[in-house]
Parts: sequence; C-alpha cells; structure tokens
Amino acid sequence: MNPVDISNVTVAYDRKPVLQEVTFSVPEGKLIGIVGPNGAGKSTLIKAILGLVPTASGTINIYGKSYRAQRKLVGYVPQRGSVDWDFPTNALDVVLMGRYGHIGWFKRPGKKDTQIALQALDKVGMKEYANRQISQLSGGQQQRVFLARALAQDATVYFMDEPFVGVDAATEKAIIALLNELKAQGKTVLVVHHDLQTVKEYFDWTFLLNKRQVALGPTEEVFTIDNLQKTYGGRLAFLDQQVNQPFVQQ
Amino acid sequence: MSYGAWIILTGSLVGVSCGIVGCFLILRKMAMLADAISHTVLLGIVLAYLVSHSLEGIYMLVGAGIIGLLTAFLVQVLDTSGVQSDAAIGVVFTSLFAFGVILLSAFAGQVHLDVNHALMGEITFIPWDTLTINGIELGPSAVWMLGIVLILNLTLIFLFYKEIKISSFDPAMATAIGIPVVFIHYLLMSMVSITTVASFDSVGAILVVAMLIVPGATAYLLTDRLLIMLLISAFIGVASAVGGYYAALAWNVSIAGSMASIAGLIFGATFILSPKHGLMGKVLARRSISAQHS
Repeated sequence: MNPVDISNVTVAYDRKPVLQEVTFSVPEGKLIGIVGPNGAGKSTLIKAILGLVPTASGTINIYGKSYRAQRKLVGYVPQRGSVDWDFPTNALDVVLMGRYGHIGWFKRPGKKDTQIALQALDKVGMKEYANRQISQLSGGQQQRVFLARALAQDATVYFMDEPFVGVDAATEKAIIALLNELKAQGKTVLVVHHDLQTVKEYFDWTFLLNKRQVALGPTEEVFTIDNLQKTYGGRLAFLDQQVNQPFVQQ
Repeated sequence: MSYGAWIILTGSLVGVSCGIVGCFLILRKMAMLADAISHTVLLGIVLAYLVSHSLEGIYMLVGAGIIGLLTAFLVQVLDTSGVQSDAAIGVVFTSLFAFGVILLSAFAGQVHLDVNHALMGEITFIPWDTLTINGIELGPSAVWMLGIVLILNLTLIFLFYKEIKISSFDPAMATAIGIPVVFIHYLLMSMVSITTVASFDSVGAILVVAMLIVPGATAYLLTDRLLIMLLISAFIGVASAVGGYYAALAWNVSIAGSMASIAGLIFGATFILSPKHGLMGKVLARRSISAQHS
C-alpha cells in the first residue's frame, strides 16, 4: 500500500484556488522533493494532507486510510518561522512535543519519552544543547530541533516544509544525512524545496507543482528543462544548458 | 481573622488566579482578548441575575462563562471573515459591554450592582458579605468563590498542561498530532471568564486586566521556563495584592488601585533591571560585545 495517495484534491482560500485537482501516489521508501515557484501551493499541499487547511474536494489517504486514523504514522516539520522562538522552553522540551501524540490525555512524558527525545537530539548533533533555551539557538540549530522533534514522533512518513531555508552549511549537511538515513530505514520523506540547484543531488523522486501538478516521478526522468519550463513559466533561466543547471529569475 | 487579613487573602487569591491564567494570554498574544472578556462578563453577570434573580456566585460564574465564550467566539468569527483582529475585538467588546450597561441601567432598581462598582470593584466591602450555611459563618463569600475558581484553574492546567503548552507554542503541529486546539482555546477563554468574574467584586473590570496581564508580562521577562513563569507570575500577583493593601493603608487611597499600581511598578523595575530581557541587561550585553571588538 502507498504511504501517500491523493486524488483530485482542490484547496481554495477565499474562493481563490491554491491547489487544483492534484492527484498523486508516492511509493514507499523514497525521498521526494516537492518543487515549484512561490505561491504554487507546496506548503498548502502538505497542510491539506495533515488536515491543517480544509480541502474543497478530493480524497487523501495515508497507507490506505484517512489521515485521522493514521496520525501516529506521520511526522511533521513545519516552517521554522511558523512559531515564536521566544516561547519559554528549551530544546529538549520542544523535541518532547513530538511524543505528545503517543502519550494520550492527562499523562506526562515519561522516562522512555525523554530517552527517545535525547536520542533524536543526538542524531541531529544537538545533544549538548538539550537544556538550552530555544531563543538562544541559531536558525540552523532551531531547524535541527524541529527535525529532532519529527524523529521523536517515530513516524513512517515524514512531511517537511522548507527545512533548508536559512540554515548554515553544517545544518544542511546534517539534514541530508538524516534524510538518507530515514530512507535507508524504509521511511518515506516528502520535502518542500525551492533550491533547484540541489534537487538532483538530494531527492530520488521529484514532484513538480504549480497549483496543478506538472510531473511526478524519479528525478532523472521528471526534472527536465521541459517540465521545469512548464512549472515555472517564463521565470526560469538556464545558466548552462549542458549541465542542465536551472535557476529561477525572481 | 481580622478585617485586613480577609482583604489581603482576597487580593492574593485574585493575584494568583489572574497571574497564572494571564501567563497563557501573554504567550498566546491574546492580552487584548482578556481586556474584552473582562468587560463583556458584565453582560453575563446582569443576564445571570435577570434569569436567576440571585447574585449567588454559581450563577455569576455560569453567566460570565457563557458570555466570555461568546466574546471569544464572535471575535474569532469576525477575524476569520476578514475584519482585522484588533478591530474585531474592539467591536465585539464595546457592543456587548454597552448592552450590559443598558440592561444594568434599565433594571437598576432590581440589581444590587452599579456600573461604577463593576468597573472599579470594592474590595473594602468584601469582608462583610459573608457566606453563611446552617447559621455558621464561613468567611467572605468572595474568598470562597475565588478559592473555588483557583482550584478549578489549577486542576484544568494540571490536566491539560501539555496540550495547552503545545497549542500555545505550535498550533499547527498540535493540530497535526490530533490535539483539539480549538477546544483548548475555548477552555482557556472559559478560565479567563470565570477568573474575571470571581475577581470582579474585588478589583472590578478595569483593574482585573492589570492583574491578568502585568504579572505574566513581568514573569516573561524573568525566566525561560514555562513552569517557572507561572510560579513567578503567581508570586508577583500576591506581592502586588499585599503591597497594594499596605500602600493603600499608608496613603489612604483605593486598595484595588494601589494593587494594580504596585503590579505596574514591579513590571517597570523588572523591565529596566531584568538581567536577561531588561534594558540594563541589553545595555550591558551591548557594552561587552563592543568591548570585545574594540
């Protein structure tokens, strides 16, 4: 069964369609980049899957059942800018929030949860920052805390919203290592990404999206100049046709 | 217990209850919603009286709870349908409050309440309005009401601590993992409503906002831990109540007024002196940075 099956999903904000009739199925164990211009509905797609924005029509299934029934199989990394990092809490506490979905009502995280959270911090190289107040972390460190929180969710499908935005080179490398490790464990990871230059290097599958889906498949088949032009329209320029390295003219 | 001791106890209970609930309002950036609810509960109180013909605490709590939730709900509705959120708060709270004032003046003969009392409170009279069951005098009824509300607040926060925490910090994540964020929002709004109405008699609608917001805002400057923030805020609430009482005695001024003023003074001092987030701390940090680079 496919980790993610979406058919005919349409999402509208104030009658303005943001996603139109998107249909795709993602096979298990792939690293998938969701790529498209600003306003293409990449984040909206993730939010619709996670039930954070209402869909106007269409069905969304995670391993054959509704998201509601499969919450525990899904991990989520929101955009770093979506929360207030001045909130009075420390890194370990944020990572522990990844356990909340497993703990249930009226209970506190226990020793086992703390252990899982510390392991997750260790995996992203942040163990020594466990007790650090989150506002005192750099942007890259905050992003890694978010990743650790998703790891603590102990999921099989992960959705990550722009994890590479505004991070340092060390964090970018750490994230990539982590994504590959998740893939090696047979997990499926969907990542909203906007740096076209790294798509080929990072993702084995690519989903090109601009309100409507343009293409989905193995990156070497899908990530073509032709498809990119369809996705980005006139905003795309090519540095070097030979190496096929596109970039976006903003 | 002496007259003064009852007033101090009443003020302290207001301080603890408001201080704790207020922290969550600060963290969720909803201070103005508290301002709105503190005024609209007047309508709840008047309606509760007109329905029940009694000024007993339980009716007041229910009436205020319902109107408080209605306030939060209407603000939410206007906000999501395109009205700016501060304008939404302004429209809803003045309308409901005005309706409460009209009802109050229309039935002024029947209701043992007046607008002045509702706005400013009268903590001085608290000790005389006692709760008597089977002929046994059990102390001021305001103390009982505040005590019950405090216990209720603490129980709810204890039970839903992690849900409140995650939905305040990261509502999207909270929703994604199945935490009922909307329920938690209205739970907090109910707590604000009943805390406000329980504090009403003592400090009134305007000053209760000071007790809700100022201790939490002060505690926010002093710590990086949520639990510690709640404790500091409760402590500042009590300190304002006790300090305010003695200041009022010394200068023969309004007790509720000086309680709120003391809270303001504590905030001012913290804002300047706090090592972490205060002005002084920032100046010192800037100096040490420029010293390193010169």
